[in-house]
Amino acid sequence: MSLVNFTTREITCKIVYYGPGRSGKTTNLQYIYERVPEDRKGRMVSLATQTDRTLFFDFLPLELGSISGFKTRFQLYTVPGQVYYNATRKLVLQGADGVVFVADSQARQLDENIESMRNLHANLLEQGVDVRTLPIVLQYNKQDLPRELILAPSELDEALNFREWPSFSAEALSGKGVFETLKAISELVLKKLSGEGSR
Amino acid sequence: MELNRQFSFDSFLVGPNNRLAVTAARTVAEAPGSAYNPLFIYSATGLGKTHLLMAVGLLAKDLNPDLNVEYLTLEEFVEAFHAAVAAGQSEAFRKRFSEAGLLLIDDVQFLTHRREMQSELLRLIKELQASNRQIVLASDRPPAEIQNLDERLIAGFAGGLIVDIGKPEFETRLAILRRRAQERCVSFEPGVLEALAEAEVANVRELIGLLNRLIALQAVSDSPLGTEDVRELLGDRVRAAEPAAAVRDEFSQFVSHISAAVSQTVEAWRKRLGEAILRWEAEGYKTARLEALLAEEAPLGADQAIERFERDVARLKEIESEVTALDRLAAGNAVFRDPDRLEEAEELLKKIREGLVPLPQPAPLWTFAEYLAGECNKVALGAARAVCEAPGERYNPLVLVGPAGVGKTHLMHAIGNALLTLPGCEIGCLSAQEFVDDLVEATEQNRVEAWRMRFRRVRALLMDDVHLLAGKDRSQEELFHLFNLLAGSGAQLVFTINRPPAEVPGLDDRLVSRLEGGLVASLGAPDRELKAALARRHLKGPGSKIDDDLVDYLASRPADSVRAVLGMIQRVNSAAEARGVEPTAALAREVLEGEIARMRATRPVPASGILASPTSAVRSREKFVWYWPDVAGRAIEESF
Repeated sequence: MSLVNFTTREITCKIVYYGPGRSGKTTNLQYIYERVPEDRKGRMVSLATQTDRTLFFDFLPLELGSISGFKTRFQLYTVPGQVYYNATRKLVLQGADGVVFVADSQARQLDENIESMRNLHANLLEQGVDVRTLPIVLQYNKQDLPRELILAPSELDEALNFREWPSFSAEALSGKGVFETLKAISELVLKKLSGEGSR
Repeated sequence: MELNRQFSFDSFLVGPNNRLAVTAARTVAEAPGSAYNPLFIYSATGLGKTHLLMAVGLLAKDLNPDLNVEYLTLEEFVEAFHAAVAAGQSEAFRKRFSEAGLLLIDDVQFLTHRREMQSELLRLIKELQASNRQIVLASDRPPAEIQNLDERLIAGFAGGLIVDIGKPEFETRLAILRRRAQERCVSFEPGVLEALAEAEVANVRELIGLLNRLIALQAVSDSPLGTEDVRELLGDRVRAAEPAAAVRDEFSQFVSHISAAVSQTVEAWRKRLGEAILRWEAEGYKTARLEALLAEEAPLGADQAIERFERDVARLKEIESEVTALDRLAAGNAVFRDPDRLEEAEELLKKIREGLVPLPQPAPLWTFAEYLAGECNKVALGAARAVCEAPGERYNPLVLVGPAGVGKTHLMHAIGNALLTLPGCEIGCLSAQEFVDDLVEATEQNRVEAWRMRFRRVRALLMDDVHLLAGKDRSQEELFHLFNLLAGSGAQLVFTINRPPAEVPGLDDRLVSRLEGGLVASLGAPDRELKAALARRHLKGPGSKIDDDLVDYLASRPADSVRAVLGMIQRVNSAAEARGVEPTAALAREVLEGEIARMRATRPVPASGILASPTSAVRSREKFVWYWPDVAGRAIEESF
């Protein structure tokens, strides 16, 4: 996917929020959406089931305005977390410039996290994407839950983060860690971009 | 004034607003006097003119400690001038500044209404430019806006490079604040400096002033300052401060954070462009094309432009090396240093190549092996062989003199053929008439230069019948210059002429003296020995057996040129062939003398009783006996 278009002077980054069902991906996007000033607000598209689960995906276009003469646009997507929506996940993952893996910090969700991470690897592999070069950050959500219910970031790192990606604790409902995560992934994506830009 | 070491390039923050100015300043500092002279930097106050001016001085001094760097403001310049005039030392003043290797003058805008200083500065700029010394000027407005400024000064400034420094944009302001805070060892809560960077400020100095106030505030407050404190401090300076600021905050922070990353990404081209400009300028190439790109807001194929530029430079290098090989005089042409003039360079190469239509070459049949020696051509033949052994070294030029038909042309072509066997020896072998015709044609087609190129690259020039140039002044002049050029570069020159050069009317004295400066070797009419050799070679006998009497007879026949001898032999051969017999002396006598008898019958006999030979219309050599080995048989009366 072409990120920087020098002819039309546009920068477009596609960032996908990945993770098991109910880990808080859509909450991340909603929080960001609420903080976008009115004049820059695009339309957040959410295709949810009757029980409010993401059926297809959420799509949040972020218009950042003109930066250094470039119209900069971020497109944030979430994938449906439920195991049986893998076809949709693959579709959404296509052409992603960066991935935020949102893990559910609850101890009882560890297996789902691990399974989702495996699924991410498998889908990327299938699409011929080198997981070592794709910008990825981890977000350990729901760190506001009682200590006894959740795993500490270090424990989650041990279970999920064997590639030593940047990881962030978050409470997506209150917004803590949401923008930090977004900043981190954006920075990685842009850094990779400039590396490619200089050939 | 002393240069302040704090004001170096390292401490100057580069952003899109000042990148061109910094690149230009750096170039000037690295190679004073060779790139932009004068360099004129202007900007509103407090944006870094003085910093940049001093940075130029510091870097230039670091690179070359012996360089004489003068930094002063215009006021100081004026004062120094007035003091010098008062003390009657104006010459010393001029000497001081005209000897500066790098002259940096700040606040040039104060030239307004100072006519005498303007003319002094104009004189100084011209003097510095003439001696390749660098001058850098800074002003708070462009030259055209300085009131009452001498037009000549404006033109003088425009002759170098005029660049401006713009106001720093958000990212640069933030970078300046971060660096300053770091220098002061002060840290702020996240978002504080970002909020400060959003302040509406006119210049960097004001921004630093705000930062200082913030640092002072933080020092006296119990808790670290937050973004709210900054807004309080800034009051109405904050851009577009809205009530919903708190809600927007996270998003704005995100955007500003991303802005820095984005600009780094898309601005990377600027860095590459700047590097390319520095690199190629250092190699002496003109980079106007890339500089124009640098001034643009956003890149449109900057990388492609660099690639194209480098491709053009590579092509220029190829062209230059080919052109240099073809024509030494065309080397170092300015077009080879300017990729924007690639087309001109191609054109030049094309022209030079056109001039490369191969020059006429010697006839392959005329070789030394075919050339028969005799007493009459001994000297010339010896000289010709010597020339072939060491072209350009022994007899240069070699001038072969003799009447028509004695073998000058053959000998010249033989030299040419022998020289052709030497490795890499390009030669031109032509008649003077061809030379003239070619020149006329080249003049008609307006490509005399290319025509000249053709000749300039040869290592040997052989020209037949130079006497035909008599009276043709333009051709003689061209030959004269060509002669000098070729002789100067050690190329061999061989000429043939029908009489000694000095005796040719209408031949320029300077050309005559040059022709006579080498070896003038005469070829005479064929002697008996040569005639015998010619007869042996050309008579058609059964196998190798040739009638000796016939050879003797033919050798004794009068002939004033080889051509005449060959004519006789030819007639004898034809007669023998027609009658189906072997050529014999008797047949020859019948053929040749019978012819004369017939001539006698049809023409009145000259009163003197002297009979001209059939090949010589004017004089008869038969009155003379030159060579008389067998007295009994050889008497002039024999033809009667």
